[in-house]
Amino acid sequence: MQIDNILSKEEAAALRLRALYAENGYRPYKMSKFEAYDLYANNKDFLASERIITFTDVSGRLMALKPDVTLSIIKNTELAPGQTEKLYYNETVYRVPKGAPGFREMQQVGLECIGETDTALAAGVIRLACRSLLAISPKCVLDLSHFGLVSSALEAAGLTGRAAKEAVTCLNEKNAHGLLALCEEAGVPAEARNRLATLIRCYGEPASVLPALRDTFGDNEAVTELAALVSALAPEERNMVRIDFSVPGNLKYYNGVVFKGYVQGVPQYVLSGGQYDGLMQRMRKNGRALGFAVYLDGLWQLPEQEG
Amino acid sequence: MQMLNIALPKGRLGEKVYSMFEAAGFECPSIRETNRKLIFENPEKGVRYFWVKPSDVAIYVERGAADVGVAGKDILLEYRPEVYELLDLKTGVCRMAVAAKEGFVDDGARTLRVATKFSNVAAAHYAAKGRDIDIIHLNGSIELAPILGLSDVIVDIVETGVTLRENRLAVVETVAPVSARLIANRANFKFKSERIEALAAGLRAFTEEEK
Repeated sequence: MQIDNILSKEEAAALRLRALYAENGYRPYKMSKFEAYDLYANNKDFLASERIITFTDVSGRLMALKPDVTLSIIKNTELAPGQTEKLYYNETVYRVPKGAPGFREMQQVGLECIGETDTALAAGVIRLACRSLLAISPKCVLDLSHFGLVSSALEAAGLTGRAAKEAVTCLNEKNAHGLLALCEEAGVPAEARNRLATLIRCYGEPASVLPALRDTFGDNEAVTELAALVSALAPEERNMVRIDFSVPGNLKYYNGVVFKGYVQGVPQYVLSGGQYDGLMQRMRKNGRALGFAVYLDGLWQLPEQEG
Repeated sequence: MQMLNIALPKGRLGEKVYSMFEAAGFECPSIRETNRKLIFENPEKGVRYFWVKPSDVAIYVERGAADVGVAGKDILLEYRPEVYELLDLKTGVCRMAVAAKEGFVDDGARTLRVATKFSNVAAAHYAAKGRDIDIIHLNGSIELAPILGLSDVIVDIVETGVTLRENRLAVVETVAPVSARLIANRANFKFKSERIEALAAGLRAFTEEEK
């Protein structure tokens, strides 16, 4: 019997992804099943779900079954100045998904690139995000956003606190009518309002979106970075990338590119990642960081001939 | 042609909304036949409609069983589904409001008792004001609660205000305007974006004409 025939879609995808990351110079990172609860308590708003399974270990210390991998990797990685660490993992996390009645064990495979990163390294991470999706299904899309552009548009509109949060929700929902109503209520000047609205209305293939962004935002650093990242992709990867500012994420942690990946047949994203220098600073680590995770749990929904 | 799966809310609002879809060029004549069918298809136009309970539309869309659907803003505020909210259809217009017995003043002296079927909306509304509340979750006849002393206020949908007036209740404040919204599954939108955009454009043109 061929080994491929007995592997589930999730197992087959995990093997393909691990091979992909190893071939591209990433080394495996195996972590402990448990972490001190403090790590998660201090960074709760970085987590996808705030609920955590805790227990007291033999020394009386409060521990947690890991709800996340990135926090542990950053915490446990010590870097010398100028050094870059490229790691990949295949781990189980314990979370309460939205609407679920309790905790669920979820498998995720992903990678982190930490330390002295530059545009070339960032482009490498995005290329691997594209290759990861292609390893799951040929019918896939990677939505690429830039929180630098989102933050600067919010700042220019003078939106802070609750209003900024509501504006971000409108961006995430492609809710142009809600955003315009919010801007009107907050007295946002027309030019700033139009820039924010552009972030909702402008999405799609980079070749059409990037010129429109340049028209609206001019010589903007984030737009230039997006263009540089897209131009570093191979044609097959570029074809599957869409610029889209509805990608959700926490502005406190993520600051540069952020992305979500979708495959046809799975009704939620299967890949999520971005640049999270904010988390590095919060955890008092030097350098920058980029990474992504592929969520394998939803892959059973792939059409039979795929996966 | 890729089939577009559309969840519509059962009832008067759904029928009105279907007429808008029809006018936008996404018609499915079999939906107007009198029978017990649950799903209606028009392969020529590439559409498949199904009627669902209004509060379930967002679940069908969020989980991808429907690519798009029409849901009230009240449901979207309460359940916060992870969907795109593409268009305000400007129909089914009403408001989510706080109401109480005529003359009621909240002096803040004790925990405010709030009866509602929109527990999350009520909790978020009062949390933003820093007001301590006790939520009494009800599934219907919310207006009864302050009359019988079960609650101090209610958070509910107010359309004309007639029910409130006839029961000597009054609106204290508006929480949010409510109307029907076109929503889409985020993942399915990526693979059917042209069709969904065409639908949204057709509906937008219709709502603007109606204004």
